[in-house]
Order: sequence, then C-alpha cells, then structure tokens
Amino acid sequence: MQVRVQESDFEVATELAAICRNRPQIGAVACFVGLVRDISEHSEVRELTLEHYPGMTEKALQAIVDQAAQRWPIIDARVVHRVGRLQPCDQIVLVAVASEHRGDAFAACEFIIDYLKTHAPFWKRELTPSGTRWVEARQADEQASERWRR
Amino acid sequence: MLRILYFAGLREQLATNQEDLPLPTGVHDVAGLLAFLAARGGDWQHLQRTRNLRCAVNQEMASFDCPLRGDEELAFFPPVTGG
Repeated sequence: MQVRVQESDFEVATELAAICRNRPQIGAVACFVGLVRDISEHSEVRELTLEHYPGMTEKALQAIVDQAAQRWPIIDARVVHRVGRLQPCDQIVLVAVASEHRGDAFAACEFIIDYLKTHAPFWKRELTPSGTRWVEARQADEQASERWRR
Repeated sequence: MLRILYFAGLREQLATNQEDLPLPTGVHDVAGLLAFLAARGGDWQHLQRTRNLRCAVNQEMASFDCPLRGDEELAFFPPVTGG
C-alpha cells in the first residue's frame, strides 16, 4: 500500500506495473484517474492550484487506504495525488487497487476516491477569466462518501 | 504551546498561515479557542463566519468539542476539495 503527494506528473502504466510485479495472485486491477477539466460552474478554467496540509494529507490518505483494506480483500492499493499548479487535461490523482477478482477492486477503488474527496486535506483554487476562486465542496461528493457508511 | 495552521480561503482571509500561541486562560476545547481567536475582531471573525468550518487536531479531523491541553497542532480550514 503506497500513498504519495507530489508536484510531478505520474505515469499510469508504470504505477500499475509496480503493483502487479511478481504477484501472480492478482487477477484484477481497477484504476481511477482524475483530470483537470477546462469548465467548472459554467466558466472556463485556465489553471488549477492544489493546496494541501503536508503531514496530515499523507496520514489521511493512508488511513483511507487502510480502511479499504479492512473492508475488501485487496492485495495492494496505491494513491498518487498531485499538488501545485495544473492545467486542463493534466492528471490530478491516481487510485489503483489490485485484488484477486474485479468486484473487490472496483468497490475499493471507488470507496478510496469517494473518501479522498471528502476526508483528505486538499483544496483547489481555479483561475478563470474573471480571476481566482476557491472551489466549493460539492454536496454530491458528500453523498457519494456517505453511501459507504450504509 | 499551541501551533495553529490555516489553509486555503481561510488562510487568505486571515492573511496568516501559522501561529504559535499559549493556551489562553479559560480555553479548554476547540470551540473555546475559536471564540478567543474570533474575539480579535476584524478579519478574525471569518473564523466564525466560514460555512462548515473544519478543524484538525494533531493532524486528525476533530470536532469543536475536542479538548485541548495546550501542546497540540491545530488546523482550521474550509471543507476539502481534492481528488
């Protein structure tokens, strides 16, 4: 299980290969990649800046991955989240989960990204044609996270 | 000594990212500290105006009734928006 917070980009194929290397018991890898979109709340986004809480961020991500591992029989999981300045089309976050069968990998991957969005201390600031603004938390993200409590 | 961190929009409103503060007399929990800080007036009242203000104590999400001893690292911030 590995979590990383970094400014640099990541290579999905490299991360997936690292998870699967020498583990013939893995039968499924589910992978989510979040990207910077060029539209938010009906206005153009030219740049996104991600701020985080160094120290707590890594702990929070590790705690989320640990929860997923307690809930589903996963073999490995990896979260890579970028911070700093990003442009539309850039990759923001990778969540990859490996398990014997696809059901556990899909579920754990979705759980991790849903929890990350509501529990990990990152904040997005957008640069739009009318200036910069902090992104507001979305009710839909809260609901997506809440449904795993059931 | 308390170390208090502020993030994102709150950091900008307060024009402060970090401060060290002895536990004020009569303050026993996060809610008490918030009231103390907001009583500075001016921009500090943003602490009580921020919708859904979140708090972490020693780098874990905490509620406002979390007790304080005076040696914690605290953080105040708006709801998170990563991913």
